[in-house]
Amino acid sequence: MCTVCGCNDVVTADGRKMTHDEAHALGLDHHHDHGHSHDHGHDHPHHGETAHHHVLDDHPHDHRHYGEGPAGVSVPGMSQARLIEVETSILAKNDALAQSNRRVLNALGVLAVNLVSSPGSGKTTLLCKTIQALGDAPLAVIEGDQQTSVDADRIRATGARAMQINTGKGCHLDAQMVGHAIDELRPRTASYLFIENVGNLVCPAAFDLGEDAKVAILSVTEGEDKPLKYPDMFTAARLAILNKIDLAPHTDADIAAYEANLRRVNPRIEIIRVSARTGEGMDQWLHWLKSRLEAKAA
Amino acid sequence: MHEMSLAEGIRGIVLDQARAHGFTRVTLLRLEIGRFAGVEKPALEFAFDVVMRGSPAEGARLEMIDLPGRAMCYDCLKPVEIDDRLAPCPLCGGGRLLPEGGDEMRIRDMEVL
Repeated sequence: MCTVCGCNDVVTADGRKMTHDEAHALGLDHHHDHGHSHDHGHDHPHHGETAHHHVLDDHPHDHRHYGEGPAGVSVPGMSQARLIEVETSILAKNDALAQSNRRVLNALGVLAVNLVSSPGSGKTTLLCKTIQALGDAPLAVIEGDQQTSVDADRIRATGARAMQINTGKGCHLDAQMVGHAIDELRPRTASYLFIENVGNLVCPAAFDLGEDAKVAILSVTEGEDKPLKYPDMFTAARLAILNKIDLAPHTDADIAAYEANLRRVNPRIEIIRVSARTGEGMDQWLHWLKSRLEAKAA
Repeated sequence: MHEMSLAEGIRGIVLDQARAHGFTRVTLLRLEIGRFAGVEKPALEFAFDVVMRGSPAEGARLEMIDLPGRAMCYDCLKPVEIDDRLAPCPLCGGGRLLPEGGDEMRIRDMEVL
């Protein structure tokens, strides 16, 4: 039992579990993990000068302290702790920046497409072929990768304007990075903006960049169950490109199963079968892009 | 997924709120996390402890409240609640469900001094 406050519960101090009196003896700040109510949420220093917080819980166990708050007095009807209603999304800042990007892009009539996939699905090759096929249509590219400017170099080799963002340890592009890139690239009116996200099927799903649509690229060698394993991304995507379709006859890929699984996690998703290498399905993909740009720039 | 970024988002909101409401310490912070939000709770707890250092929420207790997963069934066309992202429709057994809620990640409230 704790010799200071009479409690015999396990606490967390310095990231590890120990008994309450050990924490006091060592003079460590600690949290109570026990499930009884102390009916106060304030900092509660004992004589030992070690700060710790009592956990508020529903467990009925009456144990009240008075006059031990920061003011050292108890005032009936007045709690020393205040509750502030916040009701704010954790990603509110990103969402606000994304809306700002969207306003800029809408004003310019720019169609922004956020390309998302696992690493190795063929995003960059698809993008290079798309740029070539679009001919002299004005466009710009934002490339996201953890390291290197290899992808932006590949895009620039097609003659397109590209900007590389290295996220370092980051696993996704966020709206602030994209906003800065838009400011630098200054997309022309009625143009395409392709944003090639970091190869990652998890995190980019949650981060709005201000794009018109997320397009998920899934290659036929990745496994039919991928949409079920990573449902969030395929739910967030407007269109899925089933890429490397030319390889399907050489593998055991079950294209119908790919499509059924995509529709299972997102009944509204559009699907186009494409081979960036042979050009199969590229017409359909280009039509998808052109019709959306026309609608946007109109 | 990106619990470190989420913790940084929380820190930003804490700092904004501290300026707006004039408090110096947060003792309890309650989050609402939807079932489909993909948040790894132990990872967020760890990131929270690390990222809040030096902020008013350093040492604050973090409480996470689950919100249900809501979806529209494209077979029976009814809104339903499901626990699991790949669960079938509880009404008709259909497998084509589009999430319509349950991806929330928000701060509900804070207890402050």
